[in-house]
Amino acid sequence: MNLATLLSADLPYWAQSLLRVLGGLVAVLLPAGTVVYLFLFKMMSFMQSRLGPMEAGPQGSMQLFAEVGKWLQKEDIYPARADKFIFKLAPLIVLASTFLLVVVVPFGPDALFTNFEAGVFYALAVSSVSVLGILIAGWASANKYSLLGGLRAAGQLIAYELPMVLAVVGVVIQAGTMNLQQIVLAQNADSMFGFSGLGNPYVITQFVGFIVFMIAVQAELTQTPFDMPIAESELVSGYMTEYSGFRFLIFFIGEFATAGVFSMIASVLFLGGWAVPFSWFGWTTIDSIDNWMNIVGPLILFTKMIVIVFFIMWVRFSFPRFREDQLQKFAWKVLIPVSLANIMVTAILKVAF
Amino acid sequence: MSLLGDRQQLAYIAAQAADARVNVELETEGMTLNIGPQHPATHGTLRIIARLDGEQVLWADPSCGYMHRGYEKLTEVRSYPQVTALVNRIDWLGSFANEVPFILAAEKLMGVEAPSRAQHIRTILFELSRIANVTLFLGDLGVQLGAVTPVFFAFRDREYVLNLIEGATGGRFHPNFDRIGGLKDDLPAGFIDETRNVMKKLRGFCDQIEDLLFGNEIFQSRTRGIGVIPKDVALQYGMSGANLRASGVDWDLRRDQKLPLAYDKVDFKVITHPDGDSFARCWVRLQEVRESTRIVDQLLETIPAGPIMAKVPKIIKVPEGEAWVSTENPLGEMGYYVVSQGDMGPFRVKIRSASFNNISITPWLLKGVYVPDIITILASLYFILGDIDR
Repeated sequence: MNLATLLSADLPYWAQSLLRVLGGLVAVLLPAGTVVYLFLFKMMSFMQSRLGPMEAGPQGSMQLFAEVGKWLQKEDIYPARADKFIFKLAPLIVLASTFLLVVVVPFGPDALFTNFEAGVFYALAVSSVSVLGILIAGWASANKYSLLGGLRAAGQLIAYELPMVLAVVGVVIQAGTMNLQQIVLAQNADSMFGFSGLGNPYVITQFVGFIVFMIAVQAELTQTPFDMPIAESELVSGYMTEYSGFRFLIFFIGEFATAGVFSMIASVLFLGGWAVPFSWFGWTTIDSIDNWMNIVGPLILFTKMIVIVFFIMWVRFSFPRFREDQLQKFAWKVLIPVSLANIMVTAILKVAF
Repeated sequence: MSLLGDRQQLAYIAAQAADARVNVELETEGMTLNIGPQHPATHGTLRIIARLDGEQVLWADPSCGYMHRGYEKLTEVRSYPQVTALVNRIDWLGSFANEVPFILAAEKLMGVEAPSRAQHIRTILFELSRIANVTLFLGDLGVQLGAVTPVFFAFRDREYVLNLIEGATGGRFHPNFDRIGGLKDDLPAGFIDETRNVMKKLRGFCDQIEDLLFGNEIFQSRTRGIGVIPKDVALQYGMSGANLRASGVDWDLRRDQKLPLAYDKVDFKVITHPDGDSFARCWVRLQEVRESTRIVDQLLETIPAGPIMAKVPKIIKVPEGEAWVSTENPLGEMGYYVVSQGDMGPFRVKIRSASFNNISITPWLLKGVYVPDIITILASLYFILGDIDR
């Protein structure tokens, strides 16, 4: 039986919704946990010639649960002059944008939350919702460091939204669709110069777009060369300074879950997503794909996500950070012209071939 | 505003006037930001009051004294050998270097000179504490600029040096090892071979930091041309050490003055840089670690045999008089002006510590820079709070 028919026909509406909610939680929290343990704890420790957490569980693998337990026990403090309602709302908005983002990611031929025609457009739109949360977190904290952090975040995320959109336009032109599922299929059914053994992952043909997209993702996630909004050594913790306990935990989950989800979107757009090249198993269309891909597909996507997060974190742990004005100059003077040129070349080649 | 001094109050009024000008054009408002006393970038309790227009600094003023421990006064109720335990805590990353000038001043008053072997060992330990100190600076520099990895390399490799210091003196951070007329003990067995190995490791560390941090384009764009101190301004503000040499002044007390230390027996370069910006200050310090490892290597070759203690009485009474001795410490020139009235302890001690003078330039330097540059400049000026407040 097909998973899509299972979800659409045989179950009552409440059970379908429950499955979708559970799936969404897994799709957000599992990458977040893996990213934190594998990269923040272990890879960072390896790069810095130390062991990292080793006590909780084998190789410290249960450390994450210990950390969550610790954060849950802490007192939920808010500053006396803070705007309480907004202050409490802000981390939820940040996390909500992550959940909204994961909705359009396809995990398998039938394993997807929605098959949304303007998926790319939607993903790029909801990813900027988190800016709102960060901005109001900075403003509502009634703290000067938070305010500076929030304003920096707003300026930065708006500046890097544009190169991200422009980098994706190249992919959209090449695939001819904005549906993320169709983009996956287009990459794997296609061939490069008559050789179909690898499909046509756009990381090769859209290499410039991929690099621009990854830099913009790094900035969207406020990871290190672009971590001006947090900037531990300058702004204490930026917009998160006043948050403690559960609300800090939500910001923390939001940061790493968004890293995971953005990496999934990057692997869908550029690395072929959940699928393997169709020529391997002689598939031609989406209907001829075997059903087991609904189980293996998410694992493939997860592996690709880990690879991309590895690069994000590698950069994060080795680079110093930009200054705010350098960061803006980099976005407006380098990334946007490069991505515009990329769109032009892609369009010309698309028409020519 | 009553908490601020007169000078700060005047600066505040000037900033208000500047705000008024900004208000007319853009309808913006200034903001006074207290950086510190508790703040990650001040590694200690330095407070910097900064008046901001957006991210730009209109004026900034350091306000120190949050960690004043009154060492100058405390020395007056202690005997000479006890003072070294106090002054160890001034620059806590290179503790042994704090003891040396005080002991030299006391020796100068007494007319004693340590034997040649003691002078050599003193110089070796002096340079080891410089390496321990500046190694941590190089790692911390990364943290201040947002790179988290170098600091762990710095802690890892500083540990080797601290082990050496611990092996020789018994104290990792606060050796309290220098005595009037010599040293407490001789070197332990195997110290010389081990030190050679560690010096090799530290040169490797310098290469690593140079690759990881100094070669990075972001690091260079963050530090080059930021916080430029011209030669004459550096001299006017009484800066010393690497901060002064980075402004192109060829001045090093190790070479320029004759003290009973073994610096005249080794061959080393005084590193200078013409730029005077933050990058120059960091670069000079990095090269100085390399030079220090070379100095230690040479001293290990030429260390003479002999006693480590001159003939001094059991109960030390320093004859009446006044003496000034300063040395080239990791942070800059550190000196003690010791006044004795013939008692067992000093009558009055004035401590000239390098960081106090080095940060006195910040109001001049921070005018007009951006908030992230405050951190770059403070990190590159390299102060230690204990050294500012004493």
